[in-house]
Amino acid sequence: MSKIKPSKGAPYARILGVGGYRPTRVVPNEVILETIDSSDEWIRSRSGIETRHWANDEETVAAMSVEASGKAIADAGITAEQIGAVVVSTVSHFKQTPAVATEIADKLGTNRAAAFDISAGCAGFGYGLTLAKGMIVEGSAEYVLVIGVERLSDLTDLEDRATAFLFGDGAGAVVVGPSKEPAIGPTVWGSEGDKSDTIKQTVPWTDYRDGEVAKFPAITQEGQAVFRWAVFEMAKVAQQALDAAGISSAELDVFIPHQANERIIDSMVKTLKLPESVTVARDVRTTGNTSAASIPLAMERLLATGEAKSGDTALVIGFGAGLVYAATVVTLP
Amino acid sequence: MAATQEEIVAGLAEIVNEIAGIPVEDVQLDKSFTDDLDVDSLSMVEVVVAAEERFDVKIPDDDVKDLKTVGDATNYILKNQD
Ligand SMILES: CC(C)(COP(=O)(O)OP(=O)(O)OC[C@H]1O[C@@H](n2cnc3c(N)ncnc32)[C@H](O)[C@@H]1OP(=O)(O)O)[C@@H](O)C(=O)NCCC(=O)NCCS
Repeated sequence: MSKIKPSKGAPYARILGVGGYRPTRVVPNEVILETIDSSDEWIRSRSGIETRHWANDEETVAAMSVEASGKAIADAGITAEQIGAVVVSTVSHFKQTPAVATEIADKLGTNRAAAFDISAGCAGFGYGLTLAKGMIVEGSAEYVLVIGVERLSDLTDLEDRATAFLFGDGAGAVVVGPSKEPAIGPTVWGSEGDKSDTIKQTVPWTDYRDGEVAKFPAITQEGQAVFRWAVFEMAKVAQQALDAAGISSAELDVFIPHQANERIIDSMVKTLKLPESVTVARDVRTTGNTSAASIPLAMERLLATGEAKSGDTALVIGFGAGLVYAATVVTLP
Repeated sequence: MAATQEEIVAGLAEIVNEIAGIPVEDVQLDKSFTDDLDVDSLSMVEVVVAAEERFDVKIPDDDVKDLKTVGDATNYILKNQD
């Protein structure tokens, strides 16, 4: 048997830079009230959401990604040519082929970086980060760009009281690269396909094409079931990620859960018994739920406002349609 | 051992106090969670999960909406506890 030379990677990986893009149009709750019977007070008290951003025609999935990635690359202090792979997580890019990652890799000026899309709903960032870490440690890329990007406004039924106010648009990106020290902990991740009905697209695209439904497909959910699962089951997963990384809650600086609903965030903090000293991301208030983009967007904002700083230890957890989840502990860029 | 009605009400009072900050003595059988005790539909999910753990019962989402008062919840737990 001939001997195959193994690839040579870095000892560890870390997030080196982060960037975000929020669409220019800010949408207050008053706009949501034009299509559903609700109130600003109800929306704020049940979700914490005050405003969200909705993308315009120019703010495409690719355009928002390129903006966010440019910032992440600059923040990492590298150049686009050094990027070896581009991983894009999205559920709201309406052209399946080719993968939007290829267009983004080209527009950024990478040198023919490997590029592909993944679909893991609101856990997409953690899934992408885990792939990136593997590529760097295994040696198939030195730097990997992980992008979470959504235009959920395109998949929102503005007449659905349970979801109209929740979703927003945006892109968040990180550059992951080599590290001498461990800076991304073990990922605790998984799927629960037996609960696939709790968050889903109403009908397949083909049903709409064939005239079987009058309304364009949108995301629907069983709100209370999702709430219960998110708060109690995901708190367990978050705890497992802390344990796997060997980090106690007293050693934790920052908690960046998927920005689904501030009530979920509050309850998770309580269930996890996080000490007051932990900074908690609450970007959902002004960004809404942006699915795969929410964690990097929240990370970028915490660093930009100074609420978190480079080198802080952060617990990140994403969870959503699938149901799928992914949690890990990272050192902030 | 199965909890008595009194023990269940006392337990629910502690749970509601913890989640909504309502004084334990205000939690009475005839009180409505949402109208009297400041427990909204999402806090109710937290109350239910805490009650499940404390009284060793399963309360599926579909049954939660029938538990309007402390009395409803107490009867449900009395009937369904192991
Ligand atoms: C969506 C969510 C806020 C709805 O809250 P809820 O408490 O489950 O809402 P319910 O549908 O049970 O309704 C509770 C009450 O509020 C009312 N209500 C529902 N939607 C409303 C709205 N948009 N405005 C005003 N009132 C509303 C209902 O009519 C009901 O009133 P009633 O008790 O008098 O009948 C909540 O379930 C949630 O956020 N879940 C998690 C969703 C999520 O984050 N998903 C993404 C995860 S990736």
